[in-house]
Amino acid sequence: MSRLEKNGLIDRTQKLRFTFDSKFFEGFQGDTLASALLANDVKLVGRSFKYHRPRGIVGGGAEEPNALVELRSGARREPNTRATTAELYDGLEARSQNRWPSLDFDVLAVNGLLSPFFGAAFYYKTFMWPKAAWEKLYEPAIRRAAGLGRAAQEADPDIYEKANAFCDVLVIGSGPAGLSAALAAGRSGARVILAEEDFAFGGRLLSERTTINDAAPTEFVDKTLAELRALPNVRLMRRTSVAAIYDDCYAAVERVGDHLRTPEKFQPRQILWRITAKRAVLAAGALDRPIVFGGNNRPGVMLAAPAQTYINRFAVAPAKKMAVFANNDAAWTTAFDALDAGAEVAALIDTRDTVSPTLAQAAQDRGLRVILGGEVFATKGKCLDSIELRAAGKTEILQVDGLAMSSGFSPNIALTCHHGGKPVWNEAIAAFVPGECPPGLSVAGAATGAYSLSDCLAQGAAQGAQAATEAGFKATAPDTPKAEDAPRALKAFWHVENSKGMAFVDFQNDVCAKDVVLAHKEGFVSVEHLKRYTTLGMATDQGKLSNVPGLALMAKQSGKTIAETGTTMFRPPWSPVALGAFAGHHRAKDFRPARLTPTHALAEELGAVFVEAGPWLRAAYFPRKGETNWKQSVDREVRAVRESVGVIDVSTFGKIELQGPDVGKLLDRIYINTFSTLPIGKARYGVMLREDGFVMDDGTTARLGQDRWIMTTTTANAAKVSQHLDFCLQNLWPDLDVRMASVSEQWAQIAVAGPRSRGLIAQIVDDASAVSAENLPYMGALETTVLGGVQARIFRLSFSGELGFEIAVPADQGEQLARKILETGAEWDATFYGLEALAVMRIEKGHVSGPELNGQTTAADLGFGRMASTKKDYIGAVMARRPALTDPDRMGFVGFKPVNPKEVLRAGAHVLAKGAAATTENDLGYLTSATISPTLGHAIALGFVKGGAARIGEILRAWDGLRGTDILVEILAPAFYDSKGERSNG
Amino acid sequence: MRYSLFNVIVNGLTKNRFAERAWRDPEPKPEYDVLVIGGGGHGLATAYYLAKNHGITNVAVLEKGWIGSGNAGRNTTIFRSNYLLPGNEPFYEHSVKLWEGLEQELNYNVMASQRGIVNLIHSDAQRDVYVRRGNAMRLAGADSELLDAAQVRTLLPFLDYDNARFPIKGGLLQARAGTARHDGVVWGFARAADKLGVDILQNREVTGFTRGPDGAVTGVETPRGTIKAKKIALAVAGSSSRLASKLGLRLPIESLVMQAFVSEAIKPLIPGVFTFGAGHFYISQSDKGGLVFGGDLDGYNSYAQRGNLPVIEDVLEGGVALMPLLGRLRLLRQWAGLCDMSMDGSPIIDIGPLPNLYLNAGWSYGGFKATPASGWCFAHTIARDEPHPLTKAMRLDRFRTGHVIDEKGVGAQPNLH
Amino acid sequence: MLIPCPYCGARDAEEFSYRGDATPVRPDAAAPDAAEQFHDYVYLRDNPAGAFRELWYHSAGCRRWVEVERDTLTHAITATRFAAEGRRA
Repeated sequence: MSRLEKNGLIDRTQKLRFTFDSKFFEGFQGDTLASALLANDVKLVGRSFKYHRPRGIVGGGAEEPNALVELRSGARREPNTRATTAELYDGLEARSQNRWPSLDFDVLAVNGLLSPFFGAAFYYKTFMWPKAAWEKLYEPAIRRAAGLGRAAQEADPDIYEKANAFCDVLVIGSGPAGLSAALAAGRSGARVILAEEDFAFGGRLLSERTTINDAAPTEFVDKTLAELRALPNVRLMRRTSVAAIYDDCYAAVERVGDHLRTPEKFQPRQILWRITAKRAVLAAGALDRPIVFGGNNRPGVMLAAPAQTYINRFAVAPAKKMAVFANNDAAWTTAFDALDAGAEVAALIDTRDTVSPTLAQAAQDRGLRVILGGEVFATKGKCLDSIELRAAGKTEILQVDGLAMSSGFSPNIALTCHHGGKPVWNEAIAAFVPGECPPGLSVAGAATGAYSLSDCLAQGAAQGAQAATEAGFKATAPDTPKAEDAPRALKAFWHVENSKGMAFVDFQNDVCAKDVVLAHKEGFVSVEHLKRYTTLGMATDQGKLSNVPGLALMAKQSGKTIAETGTTMFRPPWSPVALGAFAGHHRAKDFRPARLTPTHALAEELGAVFVEAGPWLRAAYFPRKGETNWKQSVDREVRAVRESVGVIDVSTFGKIELQGPDVGKLLDRIYINTFSTLPIGKARYGVMLREDGFVMDDGTTARLGQDRWIMTTTTANAAKVSQHLDFCLQNLWPDLDVRMASVSEQWAQIAVAGPRSRGLIAQIVDDASAVSAENLPYMGALETTVLGGVQARIFRLSFSGELGFEIAVPADQGEQLARKILETGAEWDATFYGLEALAVMRIEKGHVSGPELNGQTTAADLGFGRMASTKKDYIGAVMARRPALTDPDRMGFVGFKPVNPKEVLRAGAHVLAKGAAATTENDLGYLTSATISPTLGHAIALGFVKGGAARIGEILRAWDGLRGTDILVEILAPAFYDSKGERSNG
Repeated sequence: MRYSLFNVIVNGLTKNRFAERAWRDPEPKPEYDVLVIGGGGHGLATAYYLAKNHGITNVAVLEKGWIGSGNAGRNTTIFRSNYLLPGNEPFYEHSVKLWEGLEQELNYNVMASQRGIVNLIHSDAQRDVYVRRGNAMRLAGADSELLDAAQVRTLLPFLDYDNARFPIKGGLLQARAGTARHDGVVWGFARAADKLGVDILQNREVTGFTRGPDGAVTGVETPRGTIKAKKIALAVAGSSSRLASKLGLRLPIESLVMQAFVSEAIKPLIPGVFTFGAGHFYISQSDKGGLVFGGDLDGYNSYAQRGNLPVIEDVLEGGVALMPLLGRLRLLRQWAGLCDMSMDGSPIIDIGPLPNLYLNAGWSYGGFKATPASGWCFAHTIARDEPHPLTKAMRLDRFRTGHVIDEKGVGAQPNLH
Repeated sequence: MLIPCPYCGARDAEEFSYRGDATPVRPDAAAPDAAEQFHDYVYLRDNPAGAFRELWYHSAGCRRWVEVERDTLTHAITATRFAAEGRRA
């Protein structure tokens, strides 16, 4: 056990049992999986991506590139979970990944031996012969070897939520700067959200042994939190990672249930927070970086700052006997803390020749052996057992099982770059600091490169106050508490030249110093080329550790400064986010809302089979007892309409109420035909174009009064047409005196069609004479009452081709109306019919619908050429006259029937001439809609053919190569049934 | 140096002592026969085929940043030829054929992998539309197959078949479609063009043009001097309008942002590419193991090269609804590219509209798959001063004549294509 | 992205439908070069990188067309007004 006897922010009274690779271990409440593994002396935790090298824990948080595990099991298995951020819970299961057959013995470690050949981008240069081998042999093998953990095989059983939050000041990070910022802003009365990624507030204050106002930093944390908690305007959110900054929106993910074995019932696993903040303060701290030297990837080699965290926060000695290798003062405190905690430190090796006397004295006081001007150039052991170093011309081997390394800190500036701001190189601290930030964001503390504790406290307070002030509050920065300031000097050092063994830059992706050299040699000098060519920084840590050392190496190769070399872009998210959080509840049936018609419950009662029609759920057909397939039901429904009376809910059509003296004028400008002459009490069919001359939509518009009109649109285009009319009224012709409102939701509309429909309707309306042939002729429209006083609009329209009425009533009366119609019509077996029967009948009638109104057809293509007025301007009129749109050889709307009446036609077939080869050049057209007509007793179809009506009578082929049919068809006029329209006119 | 297994072994044994630049870094000549502006896949492929197919080697490719820094390096790496309209389909099918032999052609492993693409079908009406398309593909010599729900389930067992808001009723499969390594394509064309004598000039932004007395374009201005050329070809999709405006031209193009996403790498899960037919979502898995996915455009004009949250939510709502195991995988990185959205959603390859000028633009969000064929046909257009037969429908004047190639049928509304 | 709707106040862009460039003016169909003018109106765009005047429709709100001045490089919105006002101006 490497658990230290005392101290640490763990609760030693709460033991937690967990497994790693099926072995049982114990940790404490307050541990991460990583700290618990270290406490149990588990050093080897993973394998690297390419060479499958043994790897141990190197970091302490989101930056961890090595210690990735499959957490949980079954449907909840989460690959690539960082052990460093996984909060320990009782019963946690973790499994190592990317190894076979075991973590200890991984066959693909042989790749490491081949590393001289598997250098950067070697795969672009080989695996090309023979041609087929890439896909058959190499790629599958590469794919199997690549990847990291395994996805679960089943649906994610957990739920996710999305929520909105609003605040004046968002503070990101709760270290010294973040806490001070939250306090300064909170005291002003501003609404503050403090978001902390960790499960504990405090940031580095939990990891470092320093003093604030002469007390332990955790006391400052507790005191500040207590005050913040007492402020009603402050919201503290831990386990909440601010992942990205979008326009006017901070996206954060709160891990609500990840620290539990499974979330409680109805408790989400995670919440995606969309935070609208007037101002934000980024206080995300900084991360330690590795030094590139031979064997720096061995388990046991760790970054110095995280090592300090394990010692102080988790009471774990990362090694029995360790050494420290660094170029900066901060790493010295890791050695001090290790010593003070009772661990053994063999030596501290600093690349600098001199350090501050204070530091040297502190080391001397502790009896720490210090080697200045030294370099570690090799390591040994599967897990580290020794390091080789040189200093003052001598080399030496130290037997250690841990090495803490540091090349200095990188401020966590990723979020500052999410709007494209470019980081700025600061030579003094050898790190990138924030450049131009997204609007409203300022940065405080170590994230700016200010590493001293008092600076962090002061900057946080100042930025918090400033943010609150800018958000409209009266704020002053609180006095900065007295803080102990450890020395923070550094001298840039990146790479130990002449190392033994591979010197890693990117641990997970196995990018070595030599790969950077090769990339330079081959001309991949730009930082983006370097990244893409070597995969440097493309691993799950997104270069948090590797980016700067990699750039430094490239800068050296090209003889430029790091500032000149530049950096790759940080893109969202800051650290990986579960995809489920972005989806929230939008899964399964709740993916999108289902719109139901007013008669949905009735249709359910009648046993309807429903079908998804865009956002709607509509009745497709209504099977009755004894019917064994859908066709029998549909044919019966069609017969009912053709022979007696049928009923269908057509409420899904778009309905737009138009009022005002200029409606007629407006309609003349948006339809190709004229409407201003339409008498009151009449409806007219209209076709509207887009401005580019192609058909947008069709429908009927009725005039109910001098200045009152009601337009119907197709179901699919309801919103589009409404928007189009608003565009015309508000942008093109604001002088027209028209008011409009979409009333699609307000009116239920029931169509009643068939030879018996008038008799039935007469019993529904309060005044039977209203619907007589004289009072309500074909294409008539009137307002009346039904069901004893219910307001209604009745239209003599027919999509089926039979005598037909459409009755509109307020939406909440729709079901009652439909029930009454069915009840009253029982004597004629009034039959509810669905979309399928409707489609059959409209094909029989040759009415165009969605498949023909596909946005690629003109009015003339659809047979409406003669409807188009030549006496007026209307939307699309000019562009419809372009040569390609008036070409007589365009594909025009026709009907098809098979020459052999037993054959079945299907939509999607193309049209070819007899004997023509199946080529694009010979393509004459296509079938859009097809059915077997129960009325006619054979297959019929609608579609388009080059030349259109001119080809009527010709015999062509409906060629469906995809489904292997090729059928002789006769071209007909599209109306197969009652082509003169006598039945609907009756 | 020709890349080969032998070469890899020698370099391994000699610690890359003999490694050489993949392409030269030359000083520009004062004048070129053809100057291609834009060092993306299309520009580099154009230069390559100018040299290879037409023997025109006094060619330079001018790139404002590093080659492949635009959409060539930001796409989701899919190639396919599953188009509907005769103006498009034969062209894209030619492109797939070129993809099929690109490694050998370029002596560079671009990792083209014909893993197949399935467009999922969720309704009878959608099936009719896809059948029409599948047949159009077959007419053009492409492959297409109609899958029923059971076949889709065998191929993609991890989708939600039992509880979906929009049930999966089948799919249209193009088996020869696939993915390639986008950066590899850029570097492969660059290296191969360079070998044929093409100069690749990086970090040279075009700031203006020099014009002849007749308005002809005679050269370009860069911060590091003027470069003359007999012919100047624009292949800068995403920035076409910006460059065209320097020539006083307005194009039927608007710039919009398309986001793309990659998950953390996982072991092989997804066999090919598939698209959700009732939401905005498509996905594939890279050789490295990351799930690469995307959806709809951020639907407003933008040059910001970054997107917003509503589209991300929309994409992942579709993704998780379709494939519920996705929920526990993690988003690693998101980025965005600038799309040259043309007014009919189809590309423009043409001569003119000014003397000496050639235009390759408007690739909308589908330029990557076209890379080889675009280079092939554009090179032909430039070399012969006539459109290639496969791109004769893609001319600029189609908007004037009405011969638009509007696959989606939404009209002159770029954000809807 | 929040769009300050002149009627509703700041609302997320999700509530709006987008049309694009607000500057093209629908030509007179009776003009002798109407075909050419309509071609330009329907198809040609300045497509600027920078300041842009564009039309958004508050489809999930007040259903007003809003003219927005927005920078296409930064997405920063500097002004909004009802489209009809912009048209009359």
